[in-house]
Amino acid sequence: MSVAPPLLAVEGLTKSYGGIHAVRGVSFSLRAGEILALIGPNGAGKSTCFDMLNGQNMPDSGHVRLLGEEITGRKPREVWRLGVGRTFQITATFATMTVRENVQVALISHGKQLFNLFGSAPKFDRDEAGRLLELVGMGGYADRPCGELAYGDLKRLELAVALANQPKLLLMDEPTAGMAPRERVELMRLTARIAREKSIGVLFTEHDMDVVFEHADRILVLNRGTLIAEGSPAEVRGNPQVQAVYLGEGLVYDARHREGAST
Amino acid sequence: MRARNTIVGAAFALLAGGMAHSALAQDIKIGEINSYSLLPAFTEPYRKGWQLAVEEVNAAGGINGKKLVVISKDDGGKPADAQTAANELVSSEGVAMLAGTFLSNIGLAVSDFANQKKVFFLAAEPLTDAITWSKGNKYTFRLRPSNYMQAAMLVEAASKLPAKRWATIAPNYEYGQSAVAVFKKLMSEKRPDIQWIDEQWPPQGKIDAGPVVQAVAAANPEAILNVTFGADLVKLVREGNTRGLFKGREVVSFLTGEPEYLDPLKDETPEGWIVTGYPWYSIKTPEHDAFLKAYQAKYNDYPRLGSIVGYQTIKSAAAILAKAGSTDPEKLIAAAEGLTMPSPFGEITFRKIDHQSTLGAFVGKTALKDGKGVMVDSSYKKGADYLPSDAEVAKLRPKD
Amino acid sequence: MAFYVVQFLTGLASAASLFLVASGLSIIFGVTRIVNFAHGAFYMIGAYIAFTLTERLSGAFGFWGGIVLAAFAVALIGVIVEMVLLRRIYHAPELFQLLATFGLTLMVEDLVVLIWGPDDLVGRRAPGFRGAIDFFGQNIPSYDLFLIVLGPVVLGILWLLFQRTRWGVLVRAATQDRDMVAALGVNQKWLFTSVFAVGVFLAALGGALQIPRDAVHHAMDLRIIVEVFVVVVIGGLGSIVGAFVAAVLVSELNAFGILIFPKISIILVFLVMAVVLIVRPWGLFGKPEAAARKTPGLTVNPWRPLTSNERLMALAALIVAAMLPLFAGNYLLTVGSEIAIFVIFAVSLHFLMSVGGLASFGHAAYFGLGAYGIAFLAKMAGLPMIVCLLLGPLLGCMGAAVFGFFAVQLSGVYFAMLTLAFAQIVWSIAFQWVDVTGGDNGILGLWPSSWAASPSRFYWLSLGVAALVTVALRTMVFSPFGYALRATRDSVLRSEAIGIDAKRIQWTAFVIAGTTAGIGGALFAYLKGSVFPDNLGISLSVDALVMVLLGGVETVSGAVIGAIIYKALNIWLVSQTDLSKLVLGGFIMLIVVVFPKGIVGTLEMLAQRRKKASPPGSTLLAKPIESAE
Repeated sequence: MSVAPPLLAVEGLTKSYGGIHAVRGVSFSLRAGEILALIGPNGAGKSTCFDMLNGQNMPDSGHVRLLGEEITGRKPREVWRLGVGRTFQITATFATMTVRENVQVALISHGKQLFNLFGSAPKFDRDEAGRLLELVGMGGYADRPCGELAYGDLKRLELAVALANQPKLLLMDEPTAGMAPRERVELMRLTARIAREKSIGVLFTEHDMDVVFEHADRILVLNRGTLIAEGSPAEVRGNPQVQAVYLGEGLVYDARHREGAST
Repeated sequence: MRARNTIVGAAFALLAGGMAHSALAQDIKIGEINSYSLLPAFTEPYRKGWQLAVEEVNAAGGINGKKLVVISKDDGGKPADAQTAANELVSSEGVAMLAGTFLSNIGLAVSDFANQKKVFFLAAEPLTDAITWSKGNKYTFRLRPSNYMQAAMLVEAASKLPAKRWATIAPNYEYGQSAVAVFKKLMSEKRPDIQWIDEQWPPQGKIDAGPVVQAVAAANPEAILNVTFGADLVKLVREGNTRGLFKGREVVSFLTGEPEYLDPLKDETPEGWIVTGYPWYSIKTPEHDAFLKAYQAKYNDYPRLGSIVGYQTIKSAAAILAKAGSTDPEKLIAAAEGLTMPSPFGEITFRKIDHQSTLGAFVGKTALKDGKGVMVDSSYKKGADYLPSDAEVAKLRPKD
Repeated sequence: MAFYVVQFLTGLASAASLFLVASGLSIIFGVTRIVNFAHGAFYMIGAYIAFTLTERLSGAFGFWGGIVLAAFAVALIGVIVEMVLLRRIYHAPELFQLLATFGLTLMVEDLVVLIWGPDDLVGRRAPGFRGAIDFFGQNIPSYDLFLIVLGPVVLGILWLLFQRTRWGVLVRAATQDRDMVAALGVNQKWLFTSVFAVGVFLAALGGALQIPRDAVHHAMDLRIIVEVFVVVVIGGLGSIVGAFVAAVLVSELNAFGILIFPKISIILVFLVMAVVLIVRPWGLFGKPEAAARKTPGLTVNPWRPLTSNERLMALAALIVAAMLPLFAGNYLLTVGSEIAIFVIFAVSLHFLMSVGGLASFGHAAYFGLGAYGIAFLAKMAGLPMIVCLLLGPLLGCMGAAVFGFFAVQLSGVYFAMLTLAFAQIVWSIAFQWVDVTGGDNGILGLWPSSWAASPSRFYWLSLGVAALVTVALRTMVFSPFGYALRATRDSVLRSEAIGIDAKRIQWTAFVIAGTTAGIGGALFAYLKGSVFPDNLGISLSVDALVMVLLGGVETVSGAVIGAIIYKALNIWLVSQTDLSKLVLGGFIMLIVVVFPKGIVGTLEMLAQRRKKASPPGSTLLAKPIESAE
């Protein structure tokens, strides 16, 4: 057994807002090529937790290490440079640019050409951008304005953008929200395939339990800011504490599920 | 980009269309520029004045038999636009000379343009001393009594006041600053015992009159020099009256006796201020009577100082053109230097040494009459008496 | 001691009218997101109508009735303006409404002179408030006391209106989140109209109440509008309490500032605004703006570099323009140079605004700094023209580097106002530091060297530089940097998440735009042979905004067309009529209604629509026909 540090190691992550603990002492780790799901009812602290991993949000205490290197409190752009890509719960894309241009911006940034004033951006890594779009099944949309895309397509575009810097770690905040059930399955299969092929670690949050239990290697369950369970899908499914949490939330969860499915 | 061709074309077609004027070749054209849209209160009477003069000149047979035509342009109060207008007048209209302008910076801009393009320029109203002295040039003449002359006239009266503690209120830009500087210098020369105890520099056009009045009152001067004018003056006077600033204090004020500035004050006119101005109602000379009668007959309105300046600008221009017998700028300069001519204020001369006319101004005191502001005890001060010695002027003016 | 108390009270009195006008502006902006440039115009009309009414109606009732009646009359005018003009353009790109209100302001300035005559008008004193009250030997005008009481009373009424009525709740909700109110099924049209009416009413009331202490004249609007913007921004946009506190702050600064620094009172408020914005980017009582949700359907056509056909056409246009000296006289050539210089200026702002999403309200600062750079180099260092032209713009570059650093920390209207503050500070220095800058009288005698002196040569120089600058900036739009800049405009969140340092990118863009503007200013100094503080003034900054908006902010090169049309029309109108503002204002308002995306933007949209409408088979046919136009 080697003693190489895990891809992502989180230790005692804590954040509170005005006396309310949003996240309390969360610790976990993630291996390269592993798909880890972070679940929990609404308000459990998933997004806060997520935002602290790539510097979107500052933790009060605790550590985030990437391959042993401390990245706590680093700015998102610095974390990205270390090989962490992310997608957002509410998609963030460049609405006035085409789908291909969205990916090209990420490639330009990856190639450290941001201050290149006189080069040709439309030609910049055009093929690579095309490949990434093909990979997520968006090849046919390359020249469409991003603002015209359906929500599910935006999610896939975000994935392509997140892959542009050949990341070691992907953070995906509700990657399938707003998608039709068939699309969800497709996107997660795709993600899983890419993760295995390129040995990328994936951490994702998700409301859709079908997606979670089908695709995650391991699951973390967060409730009121603390981790209450961790393990394989089977272990988590059988965990009485988790059942209690979700039973209490059952109606809400069902409603969201249906709403999500209908969009 | 496709649209570019047609639009460029259309733009230039528009411009070209604007150039097609219909002055006959044998007319003598004067290009006139002023801030008509920015300062209508001053430029409207001015325009009436020069229109009257054009009428009179042509009725008397024009200039050596040729009809005098004035082409007038608005400068919008911007030096850059004044230059565009000057350029159009010179390049497209082929005017024999430029005339006009009100604001000092515009006067200077056009004067510099005239110097560069070698065009004769008769500045009508700008007050800055620079236009004939530090930035004076061969091609530029000026009609109205300058800042220095107005200050000298006021100092003559002010130095006789017993007051020793003085405060100044002036708009914070070149005009206000130089008016205060000249007044202080001349005053201190005559009265070394004077102390300058407070100065207020409200931004031009944006006076916050209450605090200014309060601050001056707190300094408790015996006399006040005011250089503000227009709307700023109105606010200052109203606040000063209400707060009793002027009670028991002497006030000396630039230009306030000009109807343009005095009339808006109506029943709020403060009494006893020593001012320069134009009391058209009490001037009893044949020259002025003739002008007044003609003006009132034509416009059914009384003249303002601007009317005099506009009228005399064109009268002077006509006299210069007639004497030169040519539109060649060099000949115009030669004709203008030392030229003496009549004016509603009496005879005036364009000095050879600095191209300043000797047109004077009236100094008197403000008073209230039938709810209106008037100037009383006024007397005409000839411009020639309030200019520095030739030796001093020669030092002030760059060699041509 | 009594003196300081009275000075404080005097400040409070000034604050009252400032507050009235500012609160109106703040409410309008909060709900409709319109930067109402015409707010000063409504203030002025209020004063004019109140003057007429108070002169006609006699007695105390006549006076106070006249004041209130005037405010209602102007509010009615506001309603008409909102319904006829603004309603049509709520969905236009951001700031386009500014163009409409700017056009309106221009028209009003000429209209009041036509209606009320050119003279300053001095109205009646308020019955019962003519004199002053003695306070330990100091006089306080009783009208000041009335105003001091009025301010908090109006604040209280507004507070009740907003807290206790359904209308007020809706207004507050709309200020927080415009989309949500729309989603709630509220009749947004009438909400906007009523808000506009209330805002205008307050402005007009503020104007009408000046009757007893000010002169009514046609430049009143400009005198107040900038100060009101300052108050609104310091207080925090949309916050009534903020407007009140800021009005008091600004007025007291004026009142006490003149005691300590009599000469810099003009800069003081802008310094304070700059400091407030740097320390508290949302103003004292403002809240961070909710991230604007892009309305679907408002997407921009994707930008693309010119096709080779289009390139040839642009080149042809340039060649045609370059042939102008063959048939045009000196005047036309000089006008051509001026237009070319304004193309440079407009294109530089366009780069910042369209590509970077950063609308500067003080872009003239860098244009003017370039011009002053020339003046200093040529007059003081005596350098030859070519050297000056190369070095002069560096002053613009340095100014942009310093101010831009602070400005890009903000966004939206706050960014705009901070750039305005910086520009005003630079302008004030040029205006008042007479020893160095010549003050208002400027620096003269900067004529070009003989190699560029003739109008045709200077025209070629200007045209060449304009073409070069346009091509360079266009290239940058499609460079990796340009993409990064557009990325920061579209989503700072996403940009940062893919390794882009948004602030540094925007700062760089700011410096590029400032330097380019400086190049325009440098040429302008030589064209005019002089520089004046005007070259960095607000009206020039507004001109630049108008040119960009006129061309179309969502286009790549609309500014070129916008600059040509606006400048040519402006020069022509000023030459033809004293009422140039009336005609130009009317023209701008017409353009706003007919071309709601700017001239180029709307033409592009129409072309796009035609392309989409035509069946697939005919697209091939349609293309060559279009290009041939």
